[in-house]
Amino acid sequence: MTGKPDLLPGTLDMLILKTLARAPMHGYGIALSIKRFSDDVLTVEEGSLYPALQRLLVQGWVKGEWKTTETGRRARYYTLTAAGRKQLNIELTQFDRMITAIGRVLRDPQEA
Amino acid sequence: MFGRLWRKFALLFGRGRFRSELDEEMAFHRAQMEAELVEDGVSRDEARYAARRRFGNATRLREQSHDAIGFRFETVLQDLRFAMRQLRRSPGFAITAVVILALGMGVSVAIFGFVDKALLEPLPYAQPNRLLDVTENSAGWPRANLSRADYEDWKRENTTLSSLDAYGGEGYLLRMGSTTEPVPAARVSDGFFSTLGVKPMLGRGFLPGEDQPGKPKIVILSYGTWLTRFGGRRDVIGQSVGLSGDSYTIVGVLPRSFEFAPRRDSEFWVPLLDKNSCEQRRSCHNLYGIGRLRDGVSIEAARADMKRIAAQLAAQYPASNKGQGAAVQPLYELIVGDVRPILLTLLSGTALLFLIASVNVASLLLVRSESRRREIAVRGALGATPARLIRQFVTEGILLAAAGCAGGLMFGGWLMELLSRLVPKPMLSHLPFLGDVTMNTHVLLFAVAIVLFAAVLLAFTPVLRLTGMDLQDALGEGGRTSAGRFWQRLGANLVVVEISIAVVLLAGAGLIGRSFYNLLHVETGFDTSHLATVNVMAPNSDYSKNNQLVALYREIDRRLSALPGVQAVGLATDLPLQCNCDTDWIRIEGKPFHGEHNEVNSRDVSPGYLAALKAKLVRGRMLTGQDDASHPHVIVINEALAKKYFPGEDPIGKRLGSGDLAPDSMRTIVGVIANVREGGLDQDVWPSEYEAIYRTSDTEFSIAVRTAQDEKAILPSIDSTLRGIDPNLGIYGEQTMQQQMDSSEAALLHQFAAWLVGGFAAMALVLGVVGLYGVVAYSVSRRTREIGVRMALGAQRSAVYSLVMRQACWLTVTGLAIGMVCSIGASELMRKLLFGVAAWDVPTLASVVFVLGCASIAASFLPARRAASVNPTDALRAE
Repeated sequence: MTGKPDLLPGTLDMLILKTLARAPMHGYGIALSIKRFSDDVLTVEEGSLYPALQRLLVQGWVKGEWKTTETGRRARYYTLTAAGRKQLNIELTQFDRMITAIGRVLRDPQEA
Repeated sequence: MFGRLWRKFALLFGRGRFRSELDEEMAFHRAQMEAELVEDGVSRDEARYAARRRFGNATRLREQSHDAIGFRFETVLQDLRFAMRQLRRSPGFAITAVVILALGMGVSVAIFGFVDKALLEPLPYAQPNRLLDVTENSAGWPRANLSRADYEDWKRENTTLSSLDAYGGEGYLLRMGSTTEPVPAARVSDGFFSTLGVKPMLGRGFLPGEDQPGKPKIVILSYGTWLTRFGGRRDVIGQSVGLSGDSYTIVGVLPRSFEFAPRRDSEFWVPLLDKNSCEQRRSCHNLYGIGRLRDGVSIEAARADMKRIAAQLAAQYPASNKGQGAAVQPLYELIVGDVRPILLTLLSGTALLFLIASVNVASLLLVRSESRRREIAVRGALGATPARLIRQFVTEGILLAAAGCAGGLMFGGWLMELLSRLVPKPMLSHLPFLGDVTMNTHVLLFAVAIVLFAAVLLAFTPVLRLTGMDLQDALGEGGRTSAGRFWQRLGANLVVVEISIAVVLLAGAGLIGRSFYNLLHVETGFDTSHLATVNVMAPNSDYSKNNQLVALYREIDRRLSALPGVQAVGLATDLPLQCNCDTDWIRIEGKPFHGEHNEVNSRDVSPGYLAALKAKLVRGRMLTGQDDASHPHVIVINEALAKKYFPGEDPIGKRLGSGDLAPDSMRTIVGVIANVREGGLDQDVWPSEYEAIYRTSDTEFSIAVRTAQDEKAILPSIDSTLRGIDPNLGIYGEQTMQQQMDSSEAALLHQFAAWLVGGFAAMALVLGVVGLYGVVAYSVSRRTREIGVRMALGAQRSAVYSLVMRQACWLTVTGLAIGMVCSIGASELMRKLLFGVAAWDVPTLASVVFVLGCASIAASFLPARRAASVNPTDALRAE
């Protein structure tokens, strides 16, 4: 786990929301999905995943439903709500603006 | 927004489900990770461990999840529950702490209740802060009465007051049915009640002009008088009542809430009406003024205005008004000015006591935090953040303070009731509202403020301690040396504070106590024991002529002297120890005179009076039965007068008289007596002259009876003898001289203060000594092992004693020294309360040092003995 970059602060909620935008998923699935999509670069610490999920639940951006998995165990599947989708858009826009801004700062002037 | 709140509430109430769901979810997570690892070829057992490791501390995770969604106050509740459990587990500590806090807080709250009533609550009048006490003044009299002529001029001439009114005390003989009784009353000007903003509850007030000479005699009743003497009947309006032989028509009854402290006892309120003999002269001062400031006018402007008029009058009437100025102060100042130093002293005393109580509990908490170091370390290791740990201590501190506050409020309420009953009568008659001090908003706000103070102190003392602690150090068995020293220093400093405060309070109590003693043992110039006194009012109508009165005096003298056990009888216009009042302006024949007012007490006395008091004759002779209107006018003076007006001369044979040396005012000095204290116990001795009452005659006079046995027992027979002489005499104030001294205002106020401050000091002494004991005992228990080693290496028991005692002595001496300096400062501040004793009174301070020193040595001797009796082998094996 060492040597991997930490998540940018404040991006975890966005990543979870985005992941859930693709399909409803349980906690483990979310962690796995983020890991796979990032080619193993981003690892969501379990220690932050569950508090984050609770936060999103309280905000009303996701909702949880207990379902049975393929292996026959009960798991809580999280689904994005309409409010969550709206929030995701807001966060994406903000994030884009941030990345562009950082990019501008990092770009050398003669290349511009 | 509402949805979120709702979801939070749902979670709050479904906490059990929340937790089990989260657990299941996390268990599922772990199982999946495990399965994945197994797929990767890891053995099943290893996979489980790896998954657990990766997952981390499940409890902490759960708490974090909970934090993310729970309410803040949930953790507060947790802390609170934990704090209660902690306190329950050590009830000794909890009870001690709460009791100490409740005591400190209760006393503070109760005393504050009085201060609030006396100093913060407004007077029961309309816009009371616009009311002024308006009087004349002169050299030696910062507040002198106002003469009626001057009052009328001031009222007419002033431009700063919307109204100026006058009042004066008066006594009447009330005749109801066949009984005659002297009653206290007041004469007031027409606008008196409207200036105060008081309306009668029945009937009407005085109308403008109704106070002028020759107007009909009318009277307004006090509520209490109406109730007790007139049965509370509403038809009293229009009825007449006989006062000193005149018939007055009742026009009104004052409301129950009406209080006028300067004339509180008055049962009847009569308009000024006809000018009495005093009021016919501009130089005779018998009234006081109350004024109401015009809107937008400052008190300074009013004072300047009155001074201007006074100066104008002095120029116009130099004989009577030379040197007569004006004194203007808020009415409020007149009423509470006297008790303010006492109340402020008491309040400061309680503040110190409360401080000492809080410090004491804080140092108890410190000891506890020391013994809880491991608990704290364990909680830290289990993941409690420093903030959370600090919050725990803050919660405990607040809990203690709150419990102490609850106890304190109850105790304070009880104490208020108790103190209200203990308030000395003269103080009560001066400040009637002190009789019904209760919990009100002010008091509650004050209680909240001091609780906050205590909570902050209690919460942050251990926190201060906590921040200096290293986690690993604390977890281990060691770590006691460095942290131990830190604690010792903080705890020791607190003890020094406690001891210093105890010194201040003890010294204060000692000084006030000595003042009280001095007051009761002040040189009076006469024998106060075996002296019965009574006041008499003879009806003017029956005794209008001088010879009638002289016959009455002689008859009283003869009949009372014949009573068994009576040694001497004396009559005088004023008894000693009353007041420097009833004064006269004198001019010495043959001395330079520029119209100054040489003010002296003037007493008309019977021939036997000075002898009955056992006043000492210094030169010449006393007055005799021959000194009446048919003989030359002679007087006896006191040494103060002789010293002031005849320095280095023999006054016998000298003559003095009024300012213009009118022939009929001239009198010859025939004797000088040692000073008899005419004024109050705490007042200066004034020059006084004693004239023969047989010459002057007064219908109001007092009798002093010197007895062989118990003077109290003779009071009833004096009473019945006087009634036997004339049933129409008004007789009141029967008491012994000793009773009069003990109940004098100065004595009672000092007694009240001495008792209370003494009580505070006793509590402070106990708390301070207990604090010292705690620190020393604690440090001994920490050093048991060290002591064991020392003893194993051959240290003598005496060496162990000195080891412990040295620390205790050092703390005590430091505390005493600091306290001494502070107490001299504090005593300077309360100098107004001190009488005949300096702020740095050596015997008082020495006894304080002695008492505290002994108590401290006793307190530290116990732990020292325990230390010295340590068995080295046990001590070394103990850990």
